[in-house]
Formats: sequence, structure tokens, C-alpha cells
Amino acid sequence: MSSNPNTGTPLVELKDISIAFGGVKAVDHVSIDLYPGEVVGLLGHNGAGKSTLIKCLSGAYQKDAGEIVINGEHAEIRNTRDARRYNVETIYQTLALADNLDAASNLFLGRELVTPLGFVDEPAMEAETRKIMGRLNPNFKKFKVPVSALSGGQRQSVAIARAVYFNAKILIMDEPTAALGPHETQMVAELIEELKAQGLGIFLIEHDIHNVMRLCDRAMVMKNGQKVGTVNVNEVTDEDILGMIIMGKKPPQAY
Amino acid sequence: MSDQADSNRIETGQSGKSLFGQLELDMRLMGMVGAFIAIALVFNFFTDGRFITPRNTFNLTVQTVSVAIMATGMVFVIVTRHIDLSVGAVLAIASAMGAMMQARWLPQVVGLEYGNPMIAPLAIVTCLVVGTLIGAFNGWLIGYQGIPAFIVTLGGLLIWRFVGWYVTDGQTIAPLDQNFLVLGGAEGTIGATLSWIICALAVAGAIFALYNARKAKKNHGFPTKPLWAEFTVGGLIVAVIIGYVATLNAYDIPTGKLRRLFEARGDVLPDGYTEAYGLPISVLVLIVVAIAMTMVAKKTRLGKYIFATGGNPDAAELSGINTKLLTVKIFALMGFLSGLSAVIASARLSVHSNDIGTLDELRVIAAAVIGGTALSGGIGTIHGAILGALIMQSLQSGMAMVGVDAPLQNIVVGSVLVFAVWIDIQYRKRLGIKV
Repeated sequence: MSSNPNTGTPLVELKDISIAFGGVKAVDHVSIDLYPGEVVGLLGHNGAGKSTLIKCLSGAYQKDAGEIVINGEHAEIRNTRDARRYNVETIYQTLALADNLDAASNLFLGRELVTPLGFVDEPAMEAETRKIMGRLNPNFKKFKVPVSALSGGQRQSVAIARAVYFNAKILIMDEPTAALGPHETQMVAELIEELKAQGLGIFLIEHDIHNVMRLCDRAMVMKNGQKVGTVNVNEVTDEDILGMIIMGKKPPQAY
Repeated sequence: MSDQADSNRIETGQSGKSLFGQLELDMRLMGMVGAFIAIALVFNFFTDGRFITPRNTFNLTVQTVSVAIMATGMVFVIVTRHIDLSVGAVLAIASAMGAMMQARWLPQVVGLEYGNPMIAPLAIVTCLVVGTLIGAFNGWLIGYQGIPAFIVTLGGLLIWRFVGWYVTDGQTIAPLDQNFLVLGGAEGTIGATLSWIICALAVAGAIFALYNARKAKKNHGFPTKPLWAEFTVGGLIVAVIIGYVATLNAYDIPTGKLRRLFEARGDVLPDGYTEAYGLPISVLVLIVVAIAMTMVAKKTRLGKYIFATGGNPDAAELSGINTKLLTVKIFALMGFLSGLSAVIASARLSVHSNDIGTLDELRVIAAAVIGGTALSGGIGTIHGAILGALIMQSLQSGMAMVGVDAPLQNIVVGSVLVFAVWIDIQYRKRLGIKV
């Protein structure tokens, strides 16, 4: 029996969260915490409830029961605006980009820079976008076209830039590499390392077991809306984790 | 890797631009301007030169104003993937309330004398408030109650005109207040001198806007187009403004009407005296609406949210945009503009009759769609919708001048609507823009 190696105050504690949709318990009394500078993988089959759980934190869903604690204090998250106030940023699997707008408009969507007169400051937004994209993806050149004209990797980097630009403390990534080629996957992996080093906490929803072993510090496995267990990734093999996902079998190292 | 290839293609694409491409003109807009010019020339040929005259230019623009104002609001409605079928009916109820206010309630209930200077402002405010409230209510039903906009406004189409019927007992309401009629068009023009002053201001404003846009780009180190291209575009804009004002200033008020105006002041019309109409106040109202709506679309958060919601409603919601409240705002704005159109339409007709604005919803939607607003959402421009309204009105009044049968007129307008959208789809396909 192993235990959580982290000490101190967690960034986030999801305590005993439950949510049901018309009698189906999508998430059933699940708890997980996240510390600064660590990546926690959320694993499980499709429909296991991991996306639903995390949407309670990002504000897209309302939990039925349980408590969210951020930096040791009770947090009330009713919608995505609330979540952003707590510096919770989410990169959705669908990327949540408005395809008809350019990169800058998407990056600042809902938080536009304005001039003293209250008008949207388009040039300033583009300049900031060029700055952050220069850091995240130096090859990115298409600032003037709608994001519908971008490749999967370019769209992904716009979505990531949006989360990073606004000083996320808690980052939720829902299968960030699912639609990417090997080169772009590598880029995302390097970015996750960099963000970790900056002290962000990252929840990573991931299906690819190799990415889990490579990127995550801890992993929590869910099955049928319930928590199977949490493991420290360096103490288990990928076989152990697969066993948890497929059979719901808890290895001795899990807690 | 694909990044690299893509960006290379873009880079070479920029340097290899054709001379025409360097103007960075909106090709879609150019196509519409071209279509408009072609329509004008064809009708001018078939009417022996009566279509492109100061008189007809004046009438055409005055007739377009009411539909054009509503079309600017319809752009926002359609961009957010909604529709408003009730604008003609809302125009009718707003017009009915405004007319009752000035012809019945204020004089007979409140006791203001006919011609009191407070009557016109109160009547105008009534029209605007009625329109805005109905629009906001529609928006609440759609945004917060989740009833599809098509159903809410289809209901509104049947409801509001006939609420207006009960308000007026089905009567035609006249006479309207003299100060109110000034907003209709021919009864309210600002004369040649003031028109030239406004023309000069407009030219200065256009040049200033172009200069500012270039400066902002330079400040941030973005690529700008060559100077000759800026001058060509600027020159075209200035030429259109001056041309339009000069044309209207060449249209003289008929002698009979002038004589009546002078007699009303207790003077006698001097021999050989002429006076030009100049810009109608209703057209100035349209210009103000057009500038304001363009600013909202391009320069405000509200505009950004409207286009983002149209492009991807889920993304907008997840980005923290309150899309329900946004829907209320958009429909309230549409209602406000319908109320404003009610003022202008009833003042132009100088009476309120129960059939005012009939079928306007279809003209307004057609104007927005011909102007490039995509029903799939996320795409549309204010100037496009106004140009669309102008094209629709040109077709209609041109055919009337040529003497085309009324049934055939409708057949032609309907065909043009479908044809315009087909062209648009082909154009976007060729450019690889997803619709």
C-alpha cells in the first residue's frame, strides 16, 4: 500500500463528487486532489465518467453533491466564468474554437483587450498573440485567417495558448494529443513539462497508456462512474494500469 | 512538418500577389457593387435614361431606408443562427402606437395641442420603446426558455400586427404630427449647403479612418499594403460620397411645392428661384445606424461575441460568454431598429395604416442574405446588408418604372434571391471556405 507523495496544501481537492443524469450515476462519490507542479492522469473507458468529473471543475456541469476546494478554500463554481476566476483553464477535446474567427479573436474570446474608450483593441490582441505563439509554436504564421483554415496542430496550439496566456494555475487537458501527428504530440509533451516546471497543476485526460507513463506523476482510474484507485505512476507498470482500466482490478500499490 | 509547408505557401502567396490583389478589396463586396451597377445600367437603358437621374436616386434611397435599417439588425440575428420573422409585424405595432400617441392620446387624453413640439419626440420614443420591449421579450423566449427563434417570431408575425389592429380599431390613423413627418424623406431634407458640409465631414472621416488603420498596423509592425493601393481605395470611397451628394443636390424641389412652402411662411416665391432637396434626414439616420452597427460588429465585445456565438455556440458558452443574455440583447436591438423603421416608414407614408410593413420581414431577410449573411451563422457584414437592401429596392422600383407586371416582379425578385445565394455558395466553394 503506497500513498500520495505530495505534502502541503493541494491546488485543488475534488471531494466526494457525485453527478447523475436522469438516474444514471455518471460520477459516484469520487475524490481526487492535485498539487502544484504535478500532472495527474485521469483514465478509464469511454463513459467511465472522467470527462464528466472534470467538467464540474471547469464549470461546464454542476455537481449534484460533494465539494470543490481550491488552495484550501471552499470554491463555488457555477459556470465557466467562475472557473476562470479561480484560474482554472480548460483545453477541450473539441478545442472549443470559433472557426470563423482568427487566432487572436479566439485567444481572447470572452476576455478581449479594450482601448480606454471601451472598444476592442484588435492590433494589441494580435501583437500579444504573435508574442505567445512565437514562444509556443514558432512556425505559426497564419494570424489573419479564420482558424478553420489551420491544421490540427495549429488549432491545438491556439487552444493551448489561450489557456497559458491567462496565467492558468490549474490546467485541464482533455486528450490534447488525440488528433495530432507524432511531431505535434512531441510539442505538446514538451509544453506540459515546461508548464509543470512553472508550478502549474495539470489534470490530463488520456487514453494512450504510453503518454500516461511518460507525462503523468500520478494517475486516477475510473470505471462506471466510480473510482478504481490512484497510483504513483513510477511505482507501477503499464500492465497494472491497464488492469485497473479494463478489469477494475486494484493493484497493491494503489490508494 | 505540415506547419512548415503551410507557412511557406502563405509567405510566397503574399509576395506573389497580383496588382489587383494588393488593393486587398473584399471581392464579394466588389461583386455586389458590380451587380448593383449592372442593374442600374440595364434599367437606365430600358427607361430611356430615367433610372439614373437625381430624382430617381433620391426616391430609391428614401424607399430603401426602412428595410435597410432593419437589415442591419437582421445580420446579427442571422449571424447567431437565429431568424426574425416578426420584424414587419413589430414595425406595424410600433407604428400604430406611435401614430395613436401623436394623433389621439397626446392631443385628446393628455391635452397637448396639435403641433406642440413635444408630440414628435414622444411619438418617436413610443415607437422605439415598443419595438425594443417586444424584441427583448422575443429574445427572452428564445434564449432563456429555449423556444426556437423561428417559432417565436412566426407567432409574433401573426400576433403583433393584429394587436396593432386592436389598438387602432383597424382604422388608418392620420394626420400625423408635422415635425414627425420630417423623418419620412421628401418632407425633411437638409438643403444643398448643409449637404455639402456633411459631405466634407464624411470625406474627412473616411480619410482619417484609413490613415488611422494604416498607422495602427505600422505601430505594431504588421505588413501594410502599398501606398498607391491605399490611395486608390481612398479615392474610390471619396468619389462615391461626393458623387452621391452631388446627385442629390442636383435634384430641385418642384416649383409648386416651393410656392406652398413660401406661402406657408407668408412670403411670395421669387421668379426663377430654385432650391435643391439635398440629403434627406431619413438617409442620415440610416448612415448613423450603419456606422454605429459597423462599430458594434467590429469594435465591441458585443460584436465579437455575436460572431463567436455564430461560429461555434458551444465554444462561446465554454469561453464564459452568457449566450442567453446575448440572445436577448440581439433581439432587443432588432426590435429597436424595427421601431426606428416604424418611425421612418409611417412618416414617409404620412399615415399609419394597418398593412404598413407587410412582407417587410421577407425583404429584410432577403437583403441580409443577398448581402452575404450566411444562414449557417458566423458570417455577415452590415454594409453588405445595406447594399442588399438597395439592390432589392432597385430591382423592384426599376421593374415598376419599366412597366413589368406585378406578378412577374415578384417572380424576378424571388429568383434573384435564390440565384444570389447560389453564386455565394459557388464562390465560397472555390475559395475553400466552409459554409
